[in-house]
Amino acid sequence: MTTWLILGGSSAMARALARAVASRGDAVILAGRDAGDLAATATDCRLRGAPLAEAVAFDARDPAGFPALLARLEATEGTVNVAIFVGSMPPQAEIDADPALIDGVIADSFTGPVRLLTLLAPLVEARKGTVVGVGSVAGDRGRIGNYAYGAAKAGFATYMSGLRNRLTRAGAHAVTVKPGFVDTAMTWGIEGMFLVAPPERVAADILKAVGKRRDVIYTPFFWRYIMLIIRHVPERIFKKMSV
Amino acid sequence: MQTRRLDLTGWGRVLRATSDVARPERFSTLARAMEEAPAPAMGQRRSYGDAPLNDKGRALDMTRLDRILGFDEEAGILTVEGGARIGELNALLAPRGWLLPVLPGTGFATVGGAVAMDVHGKNHHHAGSFGQHLAGIRLLTPKGEKRAGPDKQKDLFRATLGGLGQTGVVASAEIRLLKAKGSVMMVTEHRIRDWDEHIAALDTSEATYSVGWIDATATGAGLGRGILEEGETGAGLVPPAKRGRKVPIDAPGAALSPPVVRLFNAAYWRRVPMRGRTVVKPIEDFFFPLDRIYDWNRLYGKRGFHQFQCVVPLGQRDRLRDILETVAQSGAASPLAVLKRMGPGRAGMMSFPMEGYTLAVDLRAAPGPESLVARLEGMVRDAEGRIYLAKDSLGSAEAIQAMYPERKAWAKIVAKHDPEGALATDLVRRLKLRETE
Ligand SMILES: Cc1cc2nc3c(=O)[nH]c(=O)nc-3n(C[C@H](O)[C@H](O)[C@H](O)COP(=O)(O)OP(=O)(O)OC[C@H]3O[C@@H](n4cnc5c(N)ncnc54)[C@H](O)[C@@H]3O)c2cc1C
Repeated sequence: MTTWLILGGSSAMARALARAVASRGDAVILAGRDAGDLAATATDCRLRGAPLAEAVAFDARDPAGFPALLARLEATEGTVNVAIFVGSMPPQAEIDADPALIDGVIADSFTGPVRLLTLLAPLVEARKGTVVGVGSVAGDRGRIGNYAYGAAKAGFATYMSGLRNRLTRAGAHAVTVKPGFVDTAMTWGIEGMFLVAPPERVAADILKAVGKRRDVIYTPFFWRYIMLIIRHVPERIFKKMSV
Repeated sequence: MQTRRLDLTGWGRVLRATSDVARPERFSTLARAMEEAPAPAMGQRRSYGDAPLNDKGRALDMTRLDRILGFDEEAGILTVEGGARIGELNALLAPRGWLLPVLPGTGFATVGGAVAMDVHGKNHHHAGSFGQHLAGIRLLTPKGEKRAGPDKQKDLFRATLGGLGQTGVVASAEIRLLKAKGSVMMVTEHRIRDWDEHIAALDTSEATYSVGWIDATATGAGLGRGILEEGETGAGLVPPAKRGRKVPIDAPGAALSPPVVRLFNAAYWRRVPMRGRTVVKPIEDFFFPLDRIYDWNRLYGKRGFHQFQCVVPLGQRDRLRDILETVAQSGAASPLAVLKRMGPGRAGMMSFPMEGYTLAVDLRAAPGPESLVARLEGMVRDAEGRIYLAKDSLGSAEAIQAMYPERKAWAKIVAKHDPEGALATDLVRRLKLRETE
């Protein structure tokens, strides 16, 4: 049996992934802060075919709770996969007004997940699992609209690449996922969104990437080309752009 | 809560609205939205007219709250969020031997929409309406959360079933399921030559599910010509359903022009051999035949279309024949009309069903069917019948109010729970349904 630990389980993308793996017959452990919401998704997953689905508490800013997650996973049998959907993105203007907010952004999007993954890595190695790290195209280049968040996601992507290097040696794996704009509560009603993808599409792309042991994916795929262009704009020009 | 300004239509795409829409993904955000700025709920907008619309106002899109919250296999009670789609629930339940007790003609309808319209299915003559199978609902009213059910908050419950979303947002519902024999349908199809034969066939049918498809373009001796479908659930194997198709663009106005429609209808009819036939179909193909073309409403082109559905008491079948004749002669009718026998079952004060016969017809929006619908409305009223608000877009306040005798009592209960009128929709305003004098 395969068990998925899904962190940030209340996000629309996480919910879509949880449902997709549940209907394949995998077990899911949903971790996050909104216990009531996670319990609802867990029940839904059970009725869609998950042999086991439960909710556990997880706060990226509170590492004291991390060992309990490890213990819970150790009590399962079979493959252990970990999918990380956590992150927070207050508007850059709010951050500029209150720089202390940056600590939270970094903790949610980078240091919290990374500390947890480092704790879980030996188990993932032993159980030949896959880590799915959901970053963002925002991490590919610092842009005026969200560069604190982008910096955290860039750090996360670098960590993921190192983790992949480590896990590969043990026959385990790590996939870095970079979604473009996804139709979730985070993007709902925000100006300037285009080519917005449904969360189910992202979940399907993730599962395909896990199955094929892909290293880095953009989802939907065309973001690879959009970001290729954005990354190659010379800094001298990019610094004047507002993309 | 973050909102998004959207241009919206009902399924018929004639009536339009621009609204600021919030789309909560969790119960807690839904509850907060109802506290901060109560607004009418929207499901999948499969109602044809303006029932789910709130022009220049706010709306709550419920489609992200679509989870199963519990299943008591012993009691056969399923608890689901209001935004869950009927068809998806059906696909999950059927392989386990369960069936939703009432299935409307589209699987895209949400549980909340099914509650708010107290929808009926092809088994209405046996099983009654959707609301009659509810063990309870969790409702967020502008004045707070309420639990209602057959023995709890009975007035509120009766005002909510078929209540057009006016008492609050249905966050979740507990539905009593039926046992199914398996995940396929055994469907018997008979050719029906005319109106009298159609009525007689519906009257004598002993099937659990039955529906008459009428060629609403046939006039004269062929009036009421069509196919009677009878269905029972069964176990067996059928080839996997083909993937749904999409209509790529708005069809040019001619796609459903009268000659095309007549040809289509004749072909549909001839498909069934003279002696009739029995076929095995996937459940969804029997209940949701139109869903296989994902956005078939676009076949009517940019201008959209109207649907007209009425029910008349058993004794008024001749008047219903006149109604069909008026439609057929107008030349405005579309490919498929539906004739069903209804039982007396209805769960709420504003529910549509009454014991009798119900007829549903699509009408092209151009040239304007306003005068035709006005005439039909009068005929329905004379027949002591009723027009279905899930389909209506052209009805007039006076006539419609006369068809819903409990309306005023309903409006008073609604006013208690939504005194500011925050949940009023375009339909409710157009038909002045919430007036209490
Ligand atoms: C092809 C087709 C076939 C159909 N066949 C049938 C049939 O056989 N029998 C039948 O009875 N109907 C039938 N209908 C009509 C359809 O079932 C109803 O219009 C139903 O209400 C649509 O559900 P929805 O989720 O799209 O609701 P919407 O159209 O979005 O909304 C309908 C009403 O429900 C309210 N509402 C929606 N969600 C909630 C909620 N969570 N809480 C409170 N109020 C809510 C809205 O405010 C509105 O008043 C058919 C429609 C189509 C397109």
